[in-house]
Amino acid sequence: MNIRYQQIEGRSLGFYALVAGLGVLILTALGSVYFMEHHGHYVTGMNNRIVWGIPHVFALFLIIAASGALNVASIASVFQNKLYKPLSRLSGLVSLALLAGGLMVLVLDLGRPDRLIVAMTEYNFKSIFAWNIILYNGFFVIVAVYLWMMFERRMNKFSRKIGIAAFIWRLVLTTGTGSIFGLLVARHTYDAMIMAPKFIVMSFSFGLAFFILILIASYKWGDRPLGDVILNRLRNLLGVFVAAVLYFVIVFHIGNIYLAENNNVEMILFANGSIYTNLFWYGQIILGSIVPLILIYHPAVKGNRSVLGLASILVIIGGIVQMYVLIVGGQAYPLEMFPGKEILEGYGDIVVYTPSFPEIALGVGGLALALVVVTLLVKFLPFLPESLADKVADPHHKI
Amino acid sequence: MNKELNRRDFLKNTTAVTAGVATIASGITLTTFAANDNPVTNEKRWGMLVDTNKLTESNINDMVNACQEENGWGSEIHSTGHQKPSWIKKIKVKDKVTGKIDMLPMMCQHCEHPPCVDVCPTNASMKREDGIVLVDKHLCIGCRYCMMACPYDARSFVHEDLSNQKEHMPRGKGTVESCTMCVHRVDKGEMPACAEAVSSNGVIFGDLYDANSKINQTLRKIQSTQIRADLNLNTGVRYSGI
Repeated sequence: MNIRYQQIEGRSLGFYALVAGLGVLILTALGSVYFMEHHGHYVTGMNNRIVWGIPHVFALFLIIAASGALNVASIASVFQNKLYKPLSRLSGLVSLALLAGGLMVLVLDLGRPDRLIVAMTEYNFKSIFAWNIILYNGFFVIVAVYLWMMFERRMNKFSRKIGIAAFIWRLVLTTGTGSIFGLLVARHTYDAMIMAPKFIVMSFSFGLAFFILILIASYKWGDRPLGDVILNRLRNLLGVFVAAVLYFVIVFHIGNIYLAENNNVEMILFANGSIYTNLFWYGQIILGSIVPLILIYHPAVKGNRSVLGLASILVIIGGIVQMYVLIVGGQAYPLEMFPGKEILEGYGDIVVYTPSFPEIALGVGGLALALVVVTLLVKFLPFLPESLADKVADPHHKI
Repeated sequence: MNKELNRRDFLKNTTAVTAGVATIASGITLTTFAANDNPVTNEKRWGMLVDTNKLTESNINDMVNACQEENGWGSEIHSTGHQKPSWIKKIKVKDKVTGKIDMLPMMCQHCEHPPCVDVCPTNASMKREDGIVLVDKHLCIGCRYCMMACPYDARSFVHEDLSNQKEHMPRGKGTVESCTMCVHRVDKGEMPACAEAVSSNGVIFGDLYDANSKINQTLRKIQSTQIRADLNLNTGVRYSGI
């Protein structure tokens, strides 16, 4: 079985329309950044209590999805599963593109993005944030080398070794991202190292959802054959990941409810009818977890790739909602400074956050950047196999 | 041996000389700045004791006003609600069982193990040897992670352009700031503005390590507490009466 990779033609009206549409979103994001940086953050909905808003929701969502998107390549080269091998190049590309989009948002939301050089030269090695800067940059390098090993026939023999390194690196990276929250000892809404494995499982789920969508779209729009064997395998994998995320969410919150010190915050966030309660139950749990699980496992729609696409879209929307509840909801609740006392004045309100248009535009711009990188690179480099029909892709295919 | 100077040697030599000059020059600069009568050392630990029983509501308001006046925050035009900076604020709490009401000023607690310093990626958040926690405005990239990490909601982000700043307290849009314990006054042997604004013994400022200081002696005699003492941060600001 010989897999032939080929660039997409990329001359259709649809292709140009897609690139132009994404370009408009990116330009809107850049315009928004100029507006926010010129005036200062007072033009945003963020404040001294909700210090991280919509931009961080998108940035961290994209960053954890990035590490998860590499899973397909890892399954092929680390665990030597032949079925996934033809998908490895695309997996690496989606991973790099999502990371680029996430980092763009993260950097441009800084109070002083012009001081990025300071972040690159001054390191506080006790800061998990500083470690993350190293981990993100390292990830770019390691995945770029990994792609080179995959592209260059002479280097193919090294791809397993570098694949293992990339796999370990991505686990460390997502552990680092989760630890940004897990290590915040002062905040009851975070302070738990379960955040690290929870983020890893979230990355598996969100990253795979992106990968499936991009795979289905590029084969449909490019008019190339894509067999059911691969898609059904990815579908089952997505189901397992979505269920695993749900498990971690349940364990995290049940654990919190058990601790009296966290009772208040859990009740307010998840049972008092606030925006976060609704987003959690309707957005994250029902729309982002239970409905996709039904769409993935219900016998009536098994094998239907539009339904799989819909499930992936819901996982992505549910993931963004989950990050919103986690990041914004987690800050909205006041810090527990005086146990046993009620704060009457000066502090203690639950903060309302209304994201402004420029913030949303910046977040969406990061997503658009990731998608335009994938769209353009599959045109210029042979990332996609000419055919992923069952007889080509499935090592156990019987004629 | 007569050796012709080629380009590589030239670069090597000039680089070495430049590096040498830079090293010496930076040494001179550092020495010049450090030439102060009272160098900052860890033999001192500046701290504050707030006795809520001796403070009235207007005392606390005076403290907030004095801080604003001294450091020039609070007159921002565009920032609204929680966007306004708040280096020190008045908090009113009620005991859930007894119903006792207390009022206290809340500001940076100048922790011995400050979470803001731990999390800062660029070392902008830093603690001086004498225990005062500060933000280096030149290194701050405005990531706001310190604000996430502070257990006391003590830090503010500058949301807009500022004008008419105090010469001794430069601030900057897009960076984080908080109570500096009036470091510019303390280094001149003066008291922080908030402590000076209270004439009673409601606020005592001084060197926690100095056995002869009023703060040290008072802390030995009376019952005091640290806010969120469970976090083991060993704060420089202590409270009694709550």
